[in-house]
Amino acid sequence: MTSLTAAFRCIVARDITLALRRRADVLTTLFFFVIVVSLFPLGVGPEMATLRIIAPGVVWVAALLASMLALERMFYSDYRDGTLEQMLLTPQPLPVLVLGKVFAHWLVSGLPLVLIAPLLGVQYDLPPEGLLILALSLLVGTPVLSLIGAIGAALTLGVRGGGVLVSLLVLPLYIPVLIFGAGAVDASMSGLGAQAHLSLLGAFLLGALILAPWAASAALRISME
Amino acid sequence: MAKKINWFKYSSPQAFYPLAGKMIPWFAVAALLFTLPGLYFSFFVAPADYQQGEAYRIMFIHVPAAWMSMFIYMVMAGYAGMGLVLNSRLSSMMASALAPTGAMFTFLALWTGSLWGKPMWGAWWVWDARLTSELILLFLYIGFMSLYAAIDEPRRAARASAVLALVGVVNIPIIYFSVKWWNTLHQGSSITASKGPTMEASMFIAMILMAMAFWMYTIAVALMRVRCEILERERHAEWVAEVLRPSRAR
Repeated sequence: MTSLTAAFRCIVARDITLALRRRADVLTTLFFFVIVVSLFPLGVGPEMATLRIIAPGVVWVAALLASMLALERMFYSDYRDGTLEQMLLTPQPLPVLVLGKVFAHWLVSGLPLVLIAPLLGVQYDLPPEGLLILALSLLVGTPVLSLIGAIGAALTLGVRGGGVLVSLLVLPLYIPVLIFGAGAVDASMSGLGAQAHLSLLGAFLLGALILAPWAASAALRISME
Repeated sequence: MAKKINWFKYSSPQAFYPLAGKMIPWFAVAALLFTLPGLYFSFFVAPADYQQGEAYRIMFIHVPAAWMSMFIYMVMAGYAGMGLVLNSRLSSMMASALAPTGAMFTFLALWTGSLWGKPMWGAWWVWDARLTSELILLFLYIGFMSLYAAIDEPRRAARASAVLALVGVVNIPIIYFSVKWWNTLHQGSSITASKGPTMEASMFIAMILMAMAFWMYTIAVALMRVRCEILERERHAEWVAEVLRPSRAR
């Protein structure tokens, strides 16, 4: 048991260290998120009433795209330099290692989105409780995106045109998270309360935590054959 | 000693190839035999709807196509899972042979649905729960086919797309209910496909006949496609050279 937690912690620490050495990669995802969200008022027009309505959807779609763009980094460099092969050979079960990688990946590419989202919400004139629910829904939802995305990233390792392909595979599977993530903010602003949506997002998170590392490990083994 | 039946005889591509060749004409003829009375019933026997007039008749294509689109995904995922677990080559070939037909029926269901929607709802496209989840199903099919096409080595392609198909199957109910709840939350009293009172018997017969026709068509086309797939993947095998030798070709 201790060896499992030790392996998990080791993977997380290693991946975070690697990510912090290449800070530009982390910031690229974040700025992509900010830029996409800032483009919408330019396209739709600056009326605050409209912006307030579209804000949850825009922020959530941008978060979907940003976390999808970051997927390529999850396994690729380890795949290229052979680290991944060594991980497959370790005695620790692969799903635990995959979970560690996903968690580290979320810390560097998902958590920054959660933290900056309220600031973007202010640009869209969201009320304070809307901002809070937006951040909360992203906090529960973005790990699900990373978990589902891990399956797609593992399946497309070393595949021709993997970057575009991964969007085709992963985006349809992201739809439930988008619906309930953006729905939570909508519901709280219309006075319905966001609890139901957040509970469902939490359920998705638990389901994905159980199933996704396992499916991603199966996909990694297929890709490394 | 009683003769032992070899259940797995036809799971070898070599044994299945000629069997599939023999089965194709039967299923193709069956498809035709169901289509002709099916179309006759849908156009001439089934009465016009008291509300929707003649335009409802597209339902006889639309509903079976929608049924098939979902059913084929399940069968495809079943074959894909079998291919992963039992490592049988033929099942993964069946999975990839079914995908294009499934995508075609999904597209057909969307297309006919929008043809029906224009006179009934006054719009080509409505973000109705069923339409939206059918659209997402089309995306899943496209993802499956493009992953399969992107990987050159057929064994790896089959196994990778099998994992994707299984992940999709787990997700389909989640997606369906999310879209349904999203729809009811957003639109309030939304327009849904009118179920009508109880269906006229002749309408029901027409619908069942068309569904059977689509089913037979699917089997025939999938078998044709799997035969090509077998030849392509087993092209280095002795027996393929034997089959393709000009003297034996007919």
